Amino acid sequence: MCPFMQFTEGGRKYQCGFCHCINDVPPFFFQHLDHIGRRTDHYERPELSLGSYEYVATLDYCRNNKPPNSPAYIFMIDVSYSNIKSGLVKLICNELKTVLDKLPREEQEETSAIRVGFVTYNKVLHFFNVKSNLAQPQMMVVSDVGEVFVPLLDGFLVNFQESRSVVNNLLDQIPEMFADTNESETVFAPVIQAGMEALKAAECAGKLFIFHSSLPTAEAPGKLKNRDDKKLINTDKEKILFQPQMNIYESLARDCVAHGCCVDLFLFPNQYVDVASMGLVTMYTGGTLYKYNNFQVHSDGPQFLGDLRKDLEKRTGFDAIMRVRTSTGFRPTDFFGAIYMNNTTDVEMAAVDCDKAITVEFKHDDKLNEDSGALIQCAVLYTSISGQRRLRVHNIGLNCSSQLADLYKSCETDALINFFAKSAFKAILSQPLKTIREILVSQTARMLACYRKNCASPSAVSQLILPDAMKVLPVYINCLLKSCVLVGRPEIPTDERAYHRQLVMSMDVADTQLFFYPQLLPIHTIDVKSDAFPTAVRCSEERLSEGGVFFLANGLNMMLWLGVSAPPELIQGIFNVPSFAHISTEITLLPEVDNPYSKKLRSIMDYIQSNRPYSMKLLIAKQREQAEMLFRQYLVEDKGLYGGASYVDFLCCVHKEICQLLS
Amino acid sequence: MATFLEFIQQNEDRDGVRFSWNVWPSSRLEATRMVVPVASLFTPLKERPDLPPIQYEPVLCSRTTCRAVLNPLCQVDYRAKLWACNFCYQRNQFPPTYAGISEMNQPAELLPQFSSIEYVVQRGPQMPLIFLYVVDTCMEDEDLQALKESMQMSLSLLPPTALVGLITFGRMVQVHELGCEGISKSYVFRGTKDLSAKQLQVIDKKTIKKTSNPENDSYHVCSASRPCQPVEQEFLQPVQKIDMNLTDLLGELQRDPWPVPQGKRPLRSSGVALSIAVGLLECTFPNTGAHILMFIGGPGTQGPGMVVGDELKLPIRSWHDIEKDNANYVKKATKHFEALANRAATNGHVIDIYACALDQTGLLEMKCCPNYTGGYMVMGDSFNTSLFKQTFQRVFTKDMQGQFKMGFGGTLEIKTSREIKISGAIGPCVSLNSKGPCVSENEIGTGGTCQWKICGLNPNTTLALYFEVVNQHNAPIPQGGRGAIQFVTQYQHSSGQRRIRVTTVARNWADAQTQIQNIAASFDQEAAAILMARLAVYRAETEEGPDVLRWLDRQLIRLFMFHLRRSPFLQVFNNSPDESSYYRHHFMRQDLTQSLIMIQPILYAYSFNGPPEPVLLDSSSILPDRILLMDTFFQILIYHGETIAQWRKSGYQDMPEYENFRHLLQAPIDDAQEILHSRFPMPRYIDTEHGGSQARFLLSKVNPSQTHNNMYAWGQESGAPILTDDVSLQVFMDHLKKLAVSSAA
Repeated sequence: MCPFMQFTEGGRKYQCGFCHCINDVPPFFFQHLDHIGRRTDHYERPELSLGSYEYVATLDYCRNNKPPNSPAYIFMIDVSYSNIKSGLVKLICNELKTVLDKLPREEQEETSAIRVGFVTYNKVLHFFNVKSNLAQPQMMVVSDVGEVFVPLLDGFLVNFQESRSVVNNLLDQIPEMFADTNESETVFAPVIQAGMEALKAAECAGKLFIFHSSLPTAEAPGKLKNRDDKKLINTDKEKILFQPQMNIYESLARDCVAHGCCVDLFLFPNQYVDVASMGLVTMYTGGTLYKYNNFQVHSDGPQFLGDLRKDLEKRTGFDAIMRVRTSTGFRPTDFFGAIYMNNTTDVEMAAVDCDKAITVEFKHDDKLNEDSGALIQCAVLYTSISGQRRLRVHNIGLNCSSQLADLYKSCETDALINFFAKSAFKAILSQPLKTIREILVSQTARMLACYRKNCASPSAVSQLILPDAMKVLPVYINCLLKSCVLVGRPEIPTDERAYHRQLVMSMDVADTQLFFYPQLLPIHTIDVKSDAFPTAVRCSEERLSEGGVFFLANGLNMMLWLGVSAPPELIQGIFNVPSFAHISTEITLLPEVDNPYSKKLRSIMDYIQSNRPYSMKLLIAKQREQAEMLFRQYLVEDKGLYGGASYVDFLCCVHKEICQLLS
Repeated sequence: MATFLEFIQQNEDRDGVRFSWNVWPSSRLEATRMVVPVASLFTPLKERPDLPPIQYEPVLCSRTTCRAVLNPLCQVDYRAKLWACNFCYQRNQFPPTYAGISEMNQPAELLPQFSSIEYVVQRGPQMPLIFLYVVDTCMEDEDLQALKESMQMSLSLLPPTALVGLITFGRMVQVHELGCEGISKSYVFRGTKDLSAKQLQVIDKKTIKKTSNPENDSYHVCSASRPCQPVEQEFLQPVQKIDMNLTDLLGELQRDPWPVPQGKRPLRSSGVALSIAVGLLECTFPNTGAHILMFIGGPGTQGPGMVVGDELKLPIRSWHDIEKDNANYVKKATKHFEALANRAATNGHVIDIYACALDQTGLLEMKCCPNYTGGYMVMGDSFNTSLFKQTFQRVFTKDMQGQFKMGFGGTLEIKTSREIKISGAIGPCVSLNSKGPCVSENEIGTGGTCQWKICGLNPNTTLALYFEVVNQHNAPIPQGGRGAIQFVTQYQHSSGQRRIRVTTVARNWADAQTQIQNIAASFDQEAAAILMARLAVYRAETEEGPDVLRWLDRQLIRLFMFHLRRSPFLQVFNNSPDESSYYRHHFMRQDLTQSLIMIQPILYAYSFNGPPEPVLLDSSSILPDRILLMDTFFQILIYHGETIAQWRKSGYQDMPEYENFRHLLQAPIDDAQEILHSRFPMPRYIDTEHGGSQARFLLSKVNPSQTHNNMYAWGQESGAPILTDDVSLQVFMDHLKKLAVSSAA
């Protein structure tokens, strides 16, 4: 039932907007129609008047026809040597003590229904019994990693409020317990397996938070070897680097999805860890992947904790399944995102949170009717954080037009770039890089050529004409082509490429836009008195000036660029140091200085940060210093560091192609 | 010369040996005609508080195939400082330390009164005792609580240096790490997957540092190449160190947390738990005295060694199922436990099983564990009964020096004169497969070897040893010749010392044709009965039931065999497979007196007519004005006759004028208490009266001379009729006589 249904025969029948089938209105749903053929309760029923609404699902929609249990979060901490030494384990444990109080809950409820469990691991797994009536937590070691199992049920997943003292006791002891460990080998697949088995045994959906640091080389299923091979770059075999090393991760992912087990992976690598293999389960289960290279508690700690807090507090739906329905004439053909698909119609997600987006590609399979338009319904069945099974329905009706000009007018470039990025990143798994790049360029050219041919013919052939709604398309496509995933250069770590690829796959439109075209804000010109947000400038070196200070953010990183002759009062204001030379490039947080410059800048940063799913780490880049190279990478309109074309060059190239197409 | 009866008694007291024949027929042919073989019951650790511990090592015969120990029967040439081995006749030089010996100055081992002697080996380290508790957690809270208390109690009895370990199991098996501070730590294993010792070793390599050299101090390995460093033995720790920790751990021990759905048995991984226990000791303390104390509250229901599925609707196997070949798990489980028993036995580790449940727990399948390793098997209804509690306490009985009355890792070696060879042994032992010149080809029981391993020994542990006379008929033994047998028992005393006890005995040979009365007079009826009974039970364990009865019927021994036929050792009717295993287990290891009680229970009568007297185990002994005390070894039963019971009900015992009645009532109770105090395992104590339901225990034991079939006894006040179809002794004897005559004809 949705607003697209047409009621007829005095309200006794209705016609489905999607398939045009005429159905009887069931007696309990019957309502008289008013003079314009609308039901009299039209505005009382959300499903008749609103585009998006949510049902509480009946038992038929639940697993095994039983109401679901409330979900559980399991924290699985790698306690091998490197994590202990870096102080990470201690950091996590301390943070958990406070952050567990902020688990998401339903508005009307006092406490969160989410249960928590704890596992530590290196070569073996340690489960903890934190039942509230125990004086001390109990540790259970499972060394059979070949066939991992859950050693306990009762006492493993607990309500944090009830077991607070035992859990805190445990979190205090974990760093001490492993303080003098010298175990450096870890397992990985068995960890996920164990978490999944635990959720399975507890008959609930949930999320695993895995904090992992190294390539899992211990003898166990899912053992990985270092297979990073720069020689494969720019060959037909490059795709192998983005595929998992072995099938076990894929089957594990399938099992996880089947049992509603989402995996959030926090990686702290010091070297190659094969993100393509390790991140696969995260990708398929709707989890989030975080990566902190060469993690240092003092510099990367805040970023990581920010991510952890955000992730924990996120509103999340578990054990979700999504289906997209359309009216006749077109149909969904492809889905992109952190999802798993068993068949061609059902999108399965072990969990889906507020930052995950799914891109759907539709194709015509018939003529669309200009009168009725195109209707799309997207229904997501999921388990809420309190363990309620719900069905969320989104409806949208789109106009159809036979005029290409209208079509080009209604185009949204941000969405286009999201689609192009995801489809290109997906294609990496099967096609060589070169082909993908060529396809991207030629598609851009064809789109523009088509416009040129059909909508803007009067102008001269040599003139480049861009449709109004698409004028930024070439610059975005150029940015996409310059993204490290699509640039095959040995200087770029394979893990970094795999990581970016995975991030983009689940991004929404706003995130991809920012990711590919960073926001560059001039700081030296801001008016500290007004509340206005500074106007972003184009990401090009031309815009920078020696006397300026610029702030840049792309959703993953923040940078503050300082011109050599930046105004001293600004520097004093922001950094509380007398001159440019005194500024430390080591800092990752701005000092809290009580003056308008500092406040303004920090409020801008907070604002940008608050709308982003990932915490961004601040880097200070001084002009003419090493760090500036990094900053330049983000000036996407310029010639790229790794050989990407500048915007102007790319535009020329596209123009040439268009001309070729037209002639 | 004293009578044979005195001679036998004296021999038993001194050497712990009783022979079926005390004069041996001198040829193989004659020996086989005697039906009952030359055999002995031998109690290796017979309590001899008067024995002085000899602080040096025994002198051995230098012939490599002999290695007999110098003993009083050896010929000694004091001047040449030579001695002749009485088994192989090898002449041996005395070692230099014996330089001072003479006729006047003899070492103890040459004195005739030291035919049994105990050497204390000074060599080697003192080994700590090891007690590994393997505890089932699938039981009612009350039971678990009682069990915890018993375990706490046992901890307090252990010497402070003893190493203890704890394994708990239910659906999973948990090996607890002891002595860790803060969080209690345990290693968990899946209850359905057996781990080989090797796997266990690999998995726990970092925690179990294998003691590379068992000669070294067990928990501090020092070697020349490496500096001395303490090896963390996380699973086995000295009691003194982790006393508090273990107490806490036991206190927090909870019932198996996995939910048990309705209509199901809890999943219990007994097989894997024991396997891990055996494996753990195997790779940490091989060849060291260790006890695995396994407490089970029900049958294993998963993994290797499962004896019944978890569906409650399918009952555990009965004898009926086994006969019908309808018991699916028996063979597999038995195989599993047999393998474990053999591994444990090889390493000298003892497995005790304490099974307390109302239903069967799978003792049938597990019986080989205690049977092979000399462990205890205790069966009770609940851990929360005095039967279990006191029995368990008695395991830790100490002697006058405050040492446990138990020996560990024993080996028994037997040397014989040339004319006689060893056929085998029946008792709680395993073969060490040591072939030698004195091993007979005819095997009886565990044969084909002259050495056996007895992992767990206590002062009552008794082996039945069977011999074969091999002397040919045409090679007569000179008049006055004696055959000698030497028993050499090496074991680890509970103080940690290694000790060697040597018992050397000799018996006269006699020509059966000329001296048949001599041989007949030397027949030890009791010993022979027990020896034959053991053989029968051994056969019953290994062969089909009815065949054994027929075999036994063909043998010809009076009285005892009648009761043996009816005893639970051979009859499985009315007993569950577990009960049979339990009864047989104890029968196979107790000494002669106790075994006799088991076969033919003792019945005492108390009445106003005179002092307490032993009476016939016959239904005619059950009279209204008598109190009967029956001791069947497993049960102590006081039965009040009809009249007595009525008096008691009327409360006469509380009236001052009937004080003598009070005394009469008290007398059997006092006697029963005395038995209860000394017996292991603690018997079931039953106080019943005429017509009481518990009286069935008595009625099923007595000889049914009056039954509902021969009604002539009715009306005569001469006893109580038994409702049974079993034949009475009279009928049995008549039949036997007929058979004897007809077969002779």
